[in-house]
Amino acid sequence: MSKQNLTRRGLLKTSAVAGAGLAVPTIFTAQSAAAYMNEPTGSTVTLGFNVPQTGPYADEGADELLAQQLAVEHINGEGDGGCLNTFTSKALQGNGILGKKVDFVTGDTQTKSDIARASAKSMIEKDGVIMVNGGSSSGVAVAVQSLCQEAGIIFMAGLTHSNDTTGKDRKANGFRHFFNAYMSGAALAPVLQNVYGNERRAYHLTADYNWGWTQEESIVAYTEAIGWETVNTVKTPLASTDFSSYIAPVLNSGADVLVLNHYGGNMVNSLTNAIQFGLLDKEVNGQNFAIVVPLYSELMATGAGENIKGVYGSMNYNWQLDNEGSKTFVQSFGEKFGKPPSNSAQTCYAQVLLYADACERAGTFNPCGVVEALEGFEFDGLGNGPTLYRAEDHQCFKDVLVVRGAENPTSAYDTLEIVDITPRAQVEYVPNHPMFGGDEASLGTCNPGV
Amino acid sequence: MLGLNKQDTSLFLIVVAMTVLAPFFLNPFPSESSLALFNAGYPDLMQRFVIFGIFAIGFNILFGLTGYLSFGHAAFLGVGSYAAVWIFKLFTYNVIPAIVFSVIVAGAFALFIGYISLRRSGIYFSILTLAFAQMSFALAYSVLSNPNFNLTNGETGLQVYGDDLQIFHRENLPDFPHLFGLSMRANYELEIGSWLFNFSAGYYICAIIMIAAFYLAVRIFRSPFGTMLRAVKSNQTRMYYTGLNARPYTLAAFVVSGMYAGLAGGLMAAVDPLAGAERMQWTASGEVVLMTILGGTGTLIGPILGAGFIKYFENIFSKINDTILHGWFAFLPEGLENLMVAIVHPFIGKGWHLTLGILFMLVIIFLPGGLVEGGQRILNLLRRRNGQKSDADKSAQSTPAE
Repeated sequence: MSKQNLTRRGLLKTSAVAGAGLAVPTIFTAQSAAAYMNEPTGSTVTLGFNVPQTGPYADEGADELLAQQLAVEHINGEGDGGCLNTFTSKALQGNGILGKKVDFVTGDTQTKSDIARASAKSMIEKDGVIMVNGGSSSGVAVAVQSLCQEAGIIFMAGLTHSNDTTGKDRKANGFRHFFNAYMSGAALAPVLQNVYGNERRAYHLTADYNWGWTQEESIVAYTEAIGWETVNTVKTPLASTDFSSYIAPVLNSGADVLVLNHYGGNMVNSLTNAIQFGLLDKEVNGQNFAIVVPLYSELMATGAGENIKGVYGSMNYNWQLDNEGSKTFVQSFGEKFGKPPSNSAQTCYAQVLLYADACERAGTFNPCGVVEALEGFEFDGLGNGPTLYRAEDHQCFKDVLVVRGAENPTSAYDTLEIVDITPRAQVEYVPNHPMFGGDEASLGTCNPGV
Repeated sequence: MLGLNKQDTSLFLIVVAMTVLAPFFLNPFPSESSLALFNAGYPDLMQRFVIFGIFAIGFNILFGLTGYLSFGHAAFLGVGSYAAVWIFKLFTYNVIPAIVFSVIVAGAFALFIGYISLRRSGIYFSILTLAFAQMSFALAYSVLSNPNFNLTNGETGLQVYGDDLQIFHRENLPDFPHLFGLSMRANYELEIGSWLFNFSAGYYICAIIMIAAFYLAVRIFRSPFGTMLRAVKSNQTRMYYTGLNARPYTLAAFVVSGMYAGLAGGLMAAVDPLAGAERMQWTASGEVVLMTILGGTGTLIGPILGAGFIKYFENIFSKINDTILHGWFAFLPEGLENLMVAIVHPFIGKGWHLTLGILFMLVIIFLPGGLVEGGQRILNLLRRRNGQKSDADKSAQSTPAE
């Protein structure tokens, strides 16, 4: 039972205790002798690999983790050295970074912004990581990128395709090697024009979240530029597993192209539904019906199986690419893990190497030095051909691949075939492009964290 | 003390001591040792312990006292977070208005949902709250984040941008949530020998609020209102027959526990100013149910223990990877080492859910009263061995603090 014995003296005592309690935290203020956040003082330096190990993108995450481990091995001078042999910058000696052996910790993002941030925070606060790499979703990338900016460490994004990552949400401490939705549009449009002509009517099904919208916006803009008409754009909930109710209206809409702005399991399901409805066998407006999946990945291709035959899409990298860097990487990855790398794996591998190389060239782990070393950095030999890390928005510019589901795959790994390699000049845009936040978007200043 | 009886006072003092000294006993291993992996005394996790402690305490007021099992409490947590971040965006980074606003918004939201859901009891009530929470999640994830009306910023999560309004923000204040200039991120590191202890401002602010929340919960448990809620749990029909309308009581309990969740949400935003939709998902609602049951439903301290237990597993076990395992078993011959790693592998890293699930089952089967019952059994065992306590005293101690 409650006792209501509120006396003057009791109240005074209570408030004195409460006041003292409130005063306690003011004793502690941020203080540190280090020049920057998590300055490595021992003989090792720790990197944080934050990838989805559970949830819808767990497969991609597992692949990224393998690639990151491989990159650490190569930097530490173990294994065959991989792309250190083909990389145009020769700063890395195979003795770690700046003479310090590279260690790493891993975390699970679960493809959820909240969890990813918690995981990254614990890496920064507990394990003292100096850089965070990985991830397989734009929402997560943007969330972790802003955390790294606040905390004062470097973020090297993994698979993130939304324009926002280096658009309106760009940050000085964040870098993206992967391509984006705008580049997909720019690369796909000419190929689509060649294959399907100018007289097409497109119907979009779009995953209802940030990445879906930016991709839809980009693809609509580019297909309309080649004369296509956009019949309708329909948003589908991310959690959907059955898209039949969204496919049925497509048949009666008069559209003759279906664009699936879906990724991962969503894309596998929506494509399968579309095939089951016999869309590809239809003839509308006197033309064969076509399906386009703007963002492809090997794992999606495997998931969709037979259904992807002849379906066009774009990729950041494919292991079948025929250049020195790519061949070396595929061989190194294949010998160790017995399968070719996916495009998310390649991005994470490249990002770790690029970070290590930037530290080596800057002569410091200080984020501001690393940012300076990466900005405007031109390199080659990591698999994508000549690449530029643009200073204005920390986006990599390189050739973009247009791929098609293989008609006659010979193994489980060549389900996609490269149709066209769109040159870098064709996918470039101005840093203050309206789809990338316009003039308001700014990197801010690099934050060393102290 | 403070209007509490002797037993509650000692419990309260234990909680105070636990939260104040947490930086020490959560970091029992020297920072360079191989066991440092199990240290939990870093700011982020300590903050999580107390924030989820508040969440679970609030949930226990509803579930522990009235027996109404809400499967949608994460919705209030999420609403609280969004409310707090909006205060950061529009007015100031000071955490006080943000936390107050988040509690108010969550309370109003709980009033709305509670008013509808409490028309049913039992499983129907659970399903209704679950449906509302999933609706809120869907709203936050996509519907309310379209480019024309962006209230939640969808999957990316609502965050503060440099060009946000922030009317009361001043140049000399930290660009991070703060308490009158003291940044929530401020951290003092104390090195004693090879031990490293973190004293984080954000943690102590949350800890003080949790102690206040705990105190309030004790008072509610011991009040006539609390007795009324327990009556609802034991036999609601009988209450109606005696002419008492239970609805206002259950609704009040629902709103109070919703406000606790909103407080926790506001604090989550205060220590990390980003509100993601995932914290409203049904898994998050389920988590707080697990915390409460694991710790001990209807007990005062149980939910706090349960919250700490689950958060520890989520953050520590999920980070053990194969490389670390190989390090542990390195003393064994090669083949045996790989075998051991293969055996342990499913239980660590991404398999932490499995470990937690097994422990949860063990607790439910052998300790239906949760961790609190475990503690009491150990205490009783020690007492019996010492043979000092009288039987009467023993039976008084073994009654859960219901």
